[in-house]
Amino acid sequence: MSPPAIVATDVTRTYDLDGLSVPALRGVSLTVGGGDYLAIVGASGSGKSTLMHLLGGLDRPTAGSLLIGGRDVTSLSAPELARLRNEVIGFVFQSFHLLPRTSARDNVALPLVYRGVGRRERRAPAAELLDRVGLGHRVDHRPNQLSGGEQQRVAIARALVTSPSVLLADEPTGNLDSATGASVLTLLESLNADGVAVVLVTHDREVAARAHRQIVMRDGRIVGGDVLAGGDALAGGDAIVGGEAIVGGEALAGGDAIVGGEALAGGDA
Amino acid sequence: MRLAEAWRVALDALRANRLRSALTMLGIVIGVASVVALVAIGTGTKQQIERQVEGLGSNLLIVVPGRLEAGATPSVSTMSLDDVDAVTRIVGDRSRVAVTVASGETVRAGSRSVFTSMQGVLETTPAVFVRRLDRGSYLTRSDVNTARRVAVLGAGVATGLFGDRDPVGRQITLDGVRFRVVGTFEPLGQSLGVDRDNEVHVPVTAAHRLLGTDRIDGLAVRAPDRDGIDALGADIVATLGERHPETDFSAVTQEQILGVLGDILGVLTGVLAAIAGISLLVGGVGVSNIMLVSVRERTREIGLRKAVGARPRDIGLQFLLEAVLLTTLGGILGMALGIAAALLVDRLSPVPAAITWWSLTLAFGVSAVVGIVFGVVPAQRAGRLDPVVALRTE
Repeated sequence: MSPPAIVATDVTRTYDLDGLSVPALRGVSLTVGGGDYLAIVGASGSGKSTLMHLLGGLDRPTAGSLLIGGRDVTSLSAPELARLRNEVIGFVFQSFHLLPRTSARDNVALPLVYRGVGRRERRAPAAELLDRVGLGHRVDHRPNQLSGGEQQRVAIARALVTSPSVLLADEPTGNLDSATGASVLTLLESLNADGVAVVLVTHDREVAARAHRQIVMRDGRIVGGDVLAGGDALAGGDAIVGGEAIVGGEALAGGDAIVGGEALAGGDA
Repeated sequence: MRLAEAWRVALDALRANRLRSALTMLGIVIGVASVVALVAIGTGTKQQIERQVEGLGSNLLIVVPGRLEAGATPSVSTMSLDDVDAVTRIVGDRSRVAVTVASGETVRAGSRSVFTSMQGVLETTPAVFVRRLDRGSYLTRSDVNTARRVAVLGAGVATGLFGDRDPVGRQITLDGVRFRVVGTFEPLGQSLGVDRDNEVHVPVTAAHRLLGTDRIDGLAVRAPDRDGIDALGADIVATLGERHPETDFSAVTQEQILGVLGDILGVLTGVLAAIAGISLLVGGVGVSNIMLVSVRERTREIGLRKAVGARPRDIGLQFLLEAVLLTTLGGILGMALGIAAALLVDRLSPVPAAITWWSLTLAFGVSAVVGIVFGVVPAQRAGRLDPVVALRTE
């Protein structure tokens, strides 16, 4: 098994809003191993987006330690962090975030621009990845000429172009109808099968249920989850949650974990 | 990110908002064009005046009553032909001394009349100054000695009175007195707003009789060589001072005239260029403004670029280059427009214009600098955007 891509230990993140300090994460510990397929679930305001920003190196923790690709995020400068994102992480967003007036190929190639890869050298890997996500016939189309599902596939190809070890997908199916969403998930799963760790952030239980591991967030804490790497018996995994939630470190209260477990079970039913 | 890449991104961004880019550029275009055109006109005017002053002939010494100083009031002439004789004795050569007594007079021929500058002169004028005749001959020494009523017409006066006909041998009247035309000058054009073709030269003695005076307004001496010119000038001023203790006299050389004129025109050109420069500055503020709008509009794009690995300086560079591209493109267009305007003015109006390399280089450099100066704040703002906040912006 490859070494963990991301290791978060007792991470907190507090926002300063007009002099008021608002805690978004209250101590989260989490490990994303190479090849993991992990879902972070929670209601809005639970801190899951904040966690994803931290895991992706877009933000730095207020306290605690966060290692991405083996490097301590808190000690990195903004340019170093940018480089780390470029090398280790691939982002997929709910609203796709494609550049308008830019072809699918150039959108996919964008991360390579910041790697200093030349214009000509970028074409082949970009086209190859578009082919991989089933858009080999759409390379020269612009986002407004593509359907939502196609746009998200372009975004996934873009996330993959740097051969990251982790794909961070923030509500990747949120703007898609269920059939299209399912096919996007299938694509992510096939990528995961090829060895890329996938972290899904979602409030959709059905989407989360497809992951091999689940982390449930509430009020800035991990309140439950299934840390089984096997991903075979989901319901069975939930039963263990109570014990495993200690991974979170802070949430020792068994009650919390059980609530999480119950919620998961409900979702599965 | 490679620099070529950054240029391409900046160019794409400008293309995406063609109208906005063009309007923003317009401020710079107008600023640069006016700097280039005004400097060209200033330079052209200066060159023309220099040519004209040099065209008077070399080693020329001009002697006038009064002090040649800024703010000095012009004094009433106290020189007479006796003074001219004294100066001629110092110079030692009558052919090197020219005098003038000028008066505005209406000159008539038949039913036509022209208001001209009548100048009473010696026969030496064409030799001392560089004046070429178009037709006929100039005044002679005997014309001067006998106060003969003969006249040489400037090109403008000749045309005004006689059209295409040859004026030589015809009669004109000056202040009701009949004169015979003996020659006409070649056209000279304007100098410092004075039409130099609107002159009538008559013997100084005849002018004195006509005007009822014996004054001399000024005299000019062509020195034999450059080296002795200052000493000669001092000699002449001293001699005239002895003869008229109550009056100051001044002797100036061409170099002094050129120097003074050059200073005046230099200041004038500088002031004009500075005024035009203000419009360039205003254009720069427009660029700054539009760049801030652009940063705000593209916050999501900035967030995404950062997410996929853009460093703050990559983003900053992208926006800085966009601003610089706006202003340098505007600068190039402005230069073209300024050159076109200057050439048009030169061709279609009497105002001359000369395009100089330094003004083009300066205009281009300034427009690039304006881009950097007014682009740096928006670029820094873009570079410092928090990717999390930027991605969340709708």
